[in-house]
Amino acid sequence: MSKMKSVYGEPKDNYSFKIRLKSTILFIWFLILTIICLLPIYILIINATRQHSEVANSISFIPGSHLVENFKSLSTNQNLKLAYNAFHGYKNSLFITVFSTFLTVFFSAMTAYGIHVYDFKIKEISYTVILLVMMVPVQVTSAGFVAFMADIGLTNTYWPLIVPAVAAPAVVYFMRSYMKSSFPLDIVEAARIDGCGEFRTFVSIAIPMMKPAIAVQAIFAFIASWNNFYTPNMILINVDMKKKTLPMMVSALQASDKVKDLGLIYLAIALSILPIILAYVLLSRFIIAGVALGGVKE
Amino acid sequence: MASAAQRRIKSISYAKYGYIFILPFFLVYFFFQLYPLINTFIVSFHGNGPGVDDFVGFANYKTLLFGGGRREAAISSSFYSSFKNTIILWFGNFIPQIALSLSLAVWFTEANLKIPGKGFFKVVMYLPNVITAASVAVLFLQLCGQSETNPGALNILLSKVGIVEQNSTSGLYDTIPFVEGVWQSRGVVMFIQTWMWFGNTMIMLMSGIQGINPSLFEAASIDGASSGQVFRKITFPLLTPIMAYTLVTSMIGGLQMFDIPYLYHKGTAKNEDIRTIAVLIYDYFHAQLDENKMGYAGAASVLLFFVTLILGCISFYITRDKDEIAKKKQRKKIAKQLKQESKQFGGFSI
Repeated sequence: MSKMKSVYGEPKDNYSFKIRLKSTILFIWFLILTIICLLPIYILIINATRQHSEVANSISFIPGSHLVENFKSLSTNQNLKLAYNAFHGYKNSLFITVFSTFLTVFFSAMTAYGIHVYDFKIKEISYTVILLVMMVPVQVTSAGFVAFMADIGLTNTYWPLIVPAVAAPAVVYFMRSYMKSSFPLDIVEAARIDGCGEFRTFVSIAIPMMKPAIAVQAIFAFIASWNNFYTPNMILINVDMKKKTLPMMVSALQASDKVKDLGLIYLAIALSILPIILAYVLLSRFIIAGVALGGVKE
Repeated sequence: MASAAQRRIKSISYAKYGYIFILPFFLVYFFFQLYPLINTFIVSFHGNGPGVDDFVGFANYKTLLFGGGRREAAISSSFYSSFKNTIILWFGNFIPQIALSLSLAVWFTEANLKIPGKGFFKVVMYLPNVITAASVAVLFLQLCGQSETNPGALNILLSKVGIVEQNSTSGLYDTIPFVEGVWQSRGVVMFIQTWMWFGNTMIMLMSGIQGINPSLFEAASIDGASSGQVFRKITFPLLTPIMAYTLVTSMIGGLQMFDIPYLYHKGTAKNEDIRTIAVLIYDYFHAQLDENKMGYAGAASVLLFFVTLILGCISFYITRDKDEIAKKKQRKKIAKQLKQESKQFGGFSI
């Protein structure tokens, strides 16, 4: 045995040394990428706690002492108040996001269920249509969308931002694939024999069984809707600042050159992305798993 | 022996519930997406500004594609330049992004490497993708923004390293124009896009690699293949379909690039060098009532729609099941041969 070890020992050591070297180099490379990923956000948060003159003339990696003052001037700075109000921003964004997320997952599950469970003439055609329209980007339809909404007087309201969430082809596709693999039709039969109505079967049996798929899609729908800047900016053409969504306020902050206090600007941007970062930290496991499932389009 | 009750159950048709369940989707789809798409086509055949209701035929397309008078030539050239910008920005973000994502995906899935904290790295690398793009644009604008007295975070950082020089007498910085420069601003936009999307692409490619039969990797390692050989002979060829899918979805996504090019400029002065096609369309239909260019916006959207359609067809063509199609062809061939043979026997099938 010992002889064999001496014969085979050397190349093996060489091999494991190579692996260790490669692992170490890659670890350092990953660390560098981590720094690149986090540095802009880190500087944003640090600068939000510093004074204007400090931000303008130096860069620091240690938090400053001006956070409280910046917070105070968030409500006292007259120029900022014209463009940005974190409280109203959160309220409006949350309102639109919660409703559209609910509509997206509920009606997508319902459509997928209808196509999966029932046999009817246009079943396959309707599914093909859904797959086809998945590819059409928003930007293509937006000119006609705005013109149409202006004609029926729905611009400057939240309706065009919430109701279209009912039709989310990509989510329907995902739910249908999930149902194919883990929703046996026998359950529907059993429910029917027990005298359960069709709609009740969907709400109290199918939806609880689809919780994993619904949770993943709800997270993605929430993030997409919260981050959406294009549609609100196109529909809410001339509304009062208090009705704008958070990304719109950030954009208004960018357009106004009257706000000079850099610490304040950094704080305003930081407030706009903090909720989403917190949510991500809590839910990252599900999000990564969801991306790996190919549940996200774009 | 079916009892009367059983027969009755069989005769119940549940088809109507199918229609009821998919009705809301199609209703909303028709009202908020299909009709707007049709309306985009309608709008593209109508005039601009005050003449929004006049039918003009193909005039908008003609202006966008071929120009004409002085005003028309300006519109045409801005259309082409925005198209060019879109392509430049897309290439500049896709190539580094796919190189980075592919190498990371391969390293993350290599079983014999012992790297601690893989889960953490994955989470961090995906993080930029969930942050509001509008906020990211404004954040980078602040970080990269510059003036002689207020150099901005990036320029300060570069001056510490010694790339940007500070004039010793006046204290002013010889800054790099990351916002106003043509290639500097494009570079920043490309960087932001790569920064935001490489984590997403990496995770998609990783799930693709994990879908490859692991016994192939085992066989290769037993045969003593190096990791480079494994990548070239196994991972890359088997990953081609998912890479093609990534490529096409990224192209379609690139045509929609909006938030960052739209917001990455100083105050009200627009930066023409990063103006993408989506921004152009948006600016056209978003202008105030009398100055709007609804017709041009519609025509540009329709052209964009056809480009997307072509890309979509390509992706469909690439991701189609080649083996399945080959088998189908073979089956047809065999059927044909059989038919001919049977004809030789006077049309009698044997």
